[in-house]
Amino acid sequence: MPSSATGLPSPRLAARDAAAEAVAGIVQRPGRAVLTMLGTVLGVGAFVAVLGLTATGAGQISKQFTALQDTTVTVEDNGPANDIAPPGTNPAMAFPADADAIASHLNGVTAAGVWWPVSGLQTGTFSGSLALSGAASQTVNMVAASPGAVRAMGLRMVAGSPLSTYENDAAQHVAMLDTTAAAALGISPARLGSDPAVFVDGVAYTVTGVYSSALRVVTGQSAMLIPENTALADYGNPQPGIGTQGEAQMVIATRIGAAGQVAKQIAAAELPTDPSRLVVTAPPGPQALQSEISGDLAGLFLILALISLLIGAVGIANTTLVAVLERTGEIGLRRAVGARPRHIAAQFLAESTTLGTLGGLIGTCTGVAAVVIFAASKDWTAILNPVYTLPAPLIGSVVGLLAGAYPALRAARTSPLAALRHS
Amino acid sequence: MGAPVIELDGLARTYPGPPPVPALRPASLVIEEGDYVAVTGPSGSGKSTLLHLLGLLDTPTGGSYRLDGHDTSALGDRDRSALRGRRIGIVFQAFHLLPYRTAVENVLLAQLYNNTPRGGRAAAAAGALDAVGLGRRMDALPTTLSGGECQRVAIARALVNSPALLLCDEPTGNLDSANAAAVMGLLDQLNAAGYTIVVITHDPHVAAHARRAVTISDGVLSEPIEAGHA
Repeated sequence: MPSSATGLPSPRLAARDAAAEAVAGIVQRPGRAVLTMLGTVLGVGAFVAVLGLTATGAGQISKQFTALQDTTVTVEDNGPANDIAPPGTNPAMAFPADADAIASHLNGVTAAGVWWPVSGLQTGTFSGSLALSGAASQTVNMVAASPGAVRAMGLRMVAGSPLSTYENDAAQHVAMLDTTAAAALGISPARLGSDPAVFVDGVAYTVTGVYSSALRVVTGQSAMLIPENTALADYGNPQPGIGTQGEAQMVIATRIGAAGQVAKQIAAAELPTDPSRLVVTAPPGPQALQSEISGDLAGLFLILALISLLIGAVGIANTTLVAVLERTGEIGLRRAVGARPRHIAAQFLAESTTLGTLGGLIGTCTGVAAVVIFAASKDWTAILNPVYTLPAPLIGSVVGLLAGAYPALRAARTSPLAALRHS
Repeated sequence: MGAPVIELDGLARTYPGPPPVPALRPASLVIEEGDYVAVTGPSGSGKSTLLHLLGLLDTPTGGSYRLDGHDTSALGDRDRSALRGRRIGIVFQAFHLLPYRTAVENVLLAQLYNNTPRGGRAAAAAGALDAVGLGRRMDALPTTLSGGECQRVAIARALVNSPALLLCDEPTGNLDSANAAAVMGLLDQLNAAGYTIVVITHDPHVAAHARRAVTISDGVLSEPIEAGHA
């Protein structure tokens, strides 16, 4: 744009020249530039690493748990609206007698059955022989389970066989034990052929099977499983209502991906007259699980990243200000060769922004490397969301731009006279 | 011949007080193209104030200053900067070279803000360094150059835009006598080649090189009658 008054073009500083001057300004003091960038490097690096690590960790956790969680539906009996059972007794279960069969007719169900923790034992003493009752007794969780529930629990058998439909229908006094309970009660899995028994309140239950571990329900606890009908006959109806810890539940194992659909259908299928009595718990979606895990800790680390960014900004501001004071002679000279105050400001702003961008780039690389190395060391899949990772260097640019604003203003206001008198 | 390079009419500069200091009392002076003028005076006499006004680094508080035909007192910062970048070359006593830039990069700096096409800059800078006799030290850093060489780089930087006016502020103030003589010889050559030169100095040996001498004392500019020019 030619000036009307002098016929000379307006002074200007081309963007490319400004960038070249900024780089030259940084390169002439490489050590200082590196130290100045450190805060931004740490801040941006922490930002990228935190987001990457939480995503990687959450991805891994959901991978581990989804398989089981996605194939499990639980249904709890919340009790009837009006309890018309006589005092001291519990109302009949919500689940009909053929609950297992009804559930298994739903598409996607691989096994399903009713179970509940048995209460109402008189003394609650368990022993491997009548004579020892009391003295060497053990406390074992007694669980009533239908044959379908036993299948849905996914037991790993060590000896014998799971509870059968016949044993349930005939309300026989039989039981399954886990290896810990069996050992405590002195029952050897190898000798099930001799029909060992467990005495509960003096009643003998023949041990027909021993299992070592379970996928559902009786995980991580020592348990004695008895047939559903045996429990009903000996101890009465389970106490309904969620929170009583004794309510009847149905555990349903489904094919992968079918749990959500089964959860929608099961209540109406089992209790068409009053489906709202049954409380169905479907597995959480992978998204819900992930956000649950990454929430708290990631927030904390992001605040730390923000603090380092702030420190980085102060560092850049400080160094740029020192540079402005150090280079007053240079500022005066640039004014003398035709630079306008805005060109001086642009130069220092370009320098601080370049420093910030470089810091952001190095920080992003460091963060990505940290996530990848961490994931590799754990044999995990590194997950980095490009939406957060790719623009991360720009955080450094913004920090540099903001940090350079005040020093650039100071530089622009430097009087060329004072600057040239300097030195 | 066109308008005079410099035309001062009652130009004055008073630094605001309290008390106000009249650093330059109203001064009138005409410098034609090709002139070689020395402004002498003791320190504190107002030499620097005059230099800053002539170099458009400071604004006068009275009178008018026409540079190259343009009335500078009517111009805004944009036009004053444009004139500084195109029509004036200033040589400082302290050289003011950037220590981390080579000789040729220091000369290139003078073409950064004045719309010189990028493609022609390097050749112009090399030509200016050649003109001051430093064609073979173009990539030397100022820290490896002697004082005289530094001042020659600074002169090359002032020349690279072919300015209408070469303003020199104590150009030999930081140099030994041999280097000073070389620099003054260079200025003589440049004047002979047609450059209009104003040298501000307190050194009579330097002033002796000029064809016109102007003195300044207590802010009053005066020109001895016998030095009148044709």
